[in-house]
Amino acid sequence: MYQDPIMCQSAEKVAAARAENVKLDPRRMTAEEKDQLLKTYHPDYREEKFEVLKAGPNRGEKVPTELARLLQAHSRITADQIDLTKPDYTCDVLVIGGGGAGTSAAIEAHAAGAKVMVVTKLRMGDANTMMAEGGIQAADKPNDSPAQHFLDAYGGGHFAAQKDLLCKLVSDAPEAIRWLSDLGVEFDKAPDGTMITTHGGGTSRKRMHAAKDYSGAEIMRTLRDEVLNRQIPVVDFTAAIELVLDENGRCCGAVLLNMETKELKLALAKTVILATGGAGRLHYQGFPTSNHYGATADGLVLAYRAGAKLLYPDTLQYHPTGAAFPAQIFGALVTEKVRSLGAMLINAKGEAFMNPLETRDVSAASIIRECSDRGNGVKTPAGYAVWLDTPMIEIKNGEGTIAKRIPAMLRMFGKYGIDIRKEPILVYPTLHYQNGGIKITVDGQSQVENLFVAGEAVGGIHGRNRLMGNSLLDIIVFGRNAGRNAAAKSRSVTPAAPTLAHIAAFDKSLADAGIETDAVSPQLLPDYARRENVLKG
Amino acid sequence: MEQMVNVFLFGKRYQVPASATIMEAMEYAGYQLVRGCGCRNGFCGACATIYRIAGDRELHACLACSTQVQDNMYVATLPFFPLVKEVYDIEKVKPTEQIMMQLYPEIYSCVGCNACTKVCPQSLNVMQYIAYAQRGEYEKCAEESFDCVMCGICSSRCPAGISHPQVAMLARRLNGKYLAPHCDHLDQRIAEIERGDYVPLIEALMDKPLEEIQALYNNREIEK
Repeated sequence: MYQDPIMCQSAEKVAAARAENVKLDPRRMTAEEKDQLLKTYHPDYREEKFEVLKAGPNRGEKVPTELARLLQAHSRITADQIDLTKPDYTCDVLVIGGGGAGTSAAIEAHAAGAKVMVVTKLRMGDANTMMAEGGIQAADKPNDSPAQHFLDAYGGGHFAAQKDLLCKLVSDAPEAIRWLSDLGVEFDKAPDGTMITTHGGGTSRKRMHAAKDYSGAEIMRTLRDEVLNRQIPVVDFTAAIELVLDENGRCCGAVLLNMETKELKLALAKTVILATGGAGRLHYQGFPTSNHYGATADGLVLAYRAGAKLLYPDTLQYHPTGAAFPAQIFGALVTEKVRSLGAMLINAKGEAFMNPLETRDVSAASIIRECSDRGNGVKTPAGYAVWLDTPMIEIKNGEGTIAKRIPAMLRMFGKYGIDIRKEPILVYPTLHYQNGGIKITVDGQSQVENLFVAGEAVGGIHGRNRLMGNSLLDIIVFGRNAGRNAAAKSRSVTPAAPTLAHIAAFDKSLADAGIETDAVSPQLLPDYARRENVLKG
Repeated sequence: MEQMVNVFLFGKRYQVPASATIMEAMEYAGYQLVRGCGCRNGFCGACATIYRIAGDRELHACLACSTQVQDNMYVATLPFFPLVKEVYDIEKVKPTEQIMMQLYPEIYSCVGCNACTKVCPQSLNVMQYIAYAQRGEYEKCAEESFDCVMCGICSSRCPAGISHPQVAMLARRLNGKYLAPHCDHLDQRIAEIERGDYVPLIEALMDKPLEEIQALYNNREIEK
């Protein structure tokens, strides 16, 4: 139940208009309308929130100011702090990151016979994968094809995806589903085994596979269980804070930091896979985020300092439906599956102001327009929001659908006294996904030899906007790909002497560019602790 | 002025905003969290927490990220619980009763106290899914346990030493791999892809000039 009179009044309008709204199928915007909307309202187009890099491989290109500060920062260590002749760990393939991409990579590298090790900043499975709710795309129905999937993703990403990467993504998708299924992931199926699939924003075919609205959690816990079954060494609460290159500039390990004791460790390997995930916890432009606590773009920083180029680091995804109320879940993800199942976006006056299944960037920009220039937002303690009319789901699909298909959403709002079966919910865009990242070739390798990258840390697979369900897919397809290729490459690699010379070289490039900064990176965690009058140092 | 309440973090009193979650209250008090903080939204099970309200005798359990503070709440986090995780080869196990007896025999020592169910922050019927596991009814066990975030609070209260989340994990994998109906259209599509059936289609699409792809995209038919 809503207590606030403004919310109550508006919710009543939504309820009164529901019977008519539910019959509507608002038209989709034209390409020109979408372009204009994005340019006017999407946060990526707010020039003052970006900064042009002066040093490093992407010199001359713009990135969010918060990221620029970390990319053009000093290392947390100097080369003389580490004795490179005494590694604490040695392996064939070092996987940095214990989310969906890292665990997929580790499983495949292990299956290929490599000696693998996983290091992860928090616990294995503490990752955005765990929080992915809606589903995973794969064109496996008779009316669909990988080419159709390609067209949806390529257009949805504004025709900017690296075509070879996207081709691999869609072509390997059905096999990725089978791999997961064979590991025991429980997909929603009809009694005859047919996958139950729905639309996502911007899909032209219903190809969203799901495990209720715990899709990512179901995948993540299964992959984690498999890593444990294979007894792959996992060093948790240990962050990579610097990559190690050999004298020929090839990646051969990482300097590690115990997150609790602050002890430094050294891992040397033949090949390295970066699977460090996204950047939501940098709170670009002050947005709340749906991301995991550790999402601080560490991999981008490490790779950039070591000489790897980034692709589209200026494009972020703001998920249109972050929870806007109550405060306790502000910014938390309300899965797109809520709209896939039929809930519509409704403004303060009770009007269905857009088709609910436009792509995420368009939907987010449209909500921002509704809440700003159009003045049709509902006032909340944190700003303005629009309604997502969840009761429509049961009108369209029958009673019980919400408990069966989106139990996590029912629970998340239910904890704060809002029954989404009977009441609509308030939403506003939340920082959700890093569309850009480290540039890779189709084998998964960055521009630094023997440094492979997988998952959200990669840029270019999705272009400048990602469709729902293509990220869970990407971590599996490119995680496995990186694992296999890094394992194969490790068989022919003999690293030369390890060095940390790139740290001083990068510092010099900062100095040469006239950058004076106290910042050190990677950031590792956000700092939410309130500190009043505390002892410094 | 924001309304404040007293909370006792590990027994020490702090004043925090009444609207805060327990996790936010810890941060408001000045803690920089490393352990006991994960997704911050009820999916990862990193922030298992026990609490008691002054004057109430009962200990409650919750996830710190998704539980609002109350006045005079005594809080202790349980950021790691040493569950038993048995190692097995998913390709070799079979979905029979035998496998539970072999890997997690302690489930048959369940005394039926139902403490696991009472304490579950996801409100799952934990004892019931253990009963299904005992009987080898893995499909039911999988369904009943599906929303488990593996926080381990149930196990912390179990007199029989059962690692409930790991039992459920095994049941779900057995169900997903061996018991759920097989998906034929998936096999068929993979076979078509492996034969190269779609290569000409995708290559033709990729080779088209931008304007043509844009036109195809903007005019594509959308399944109802």
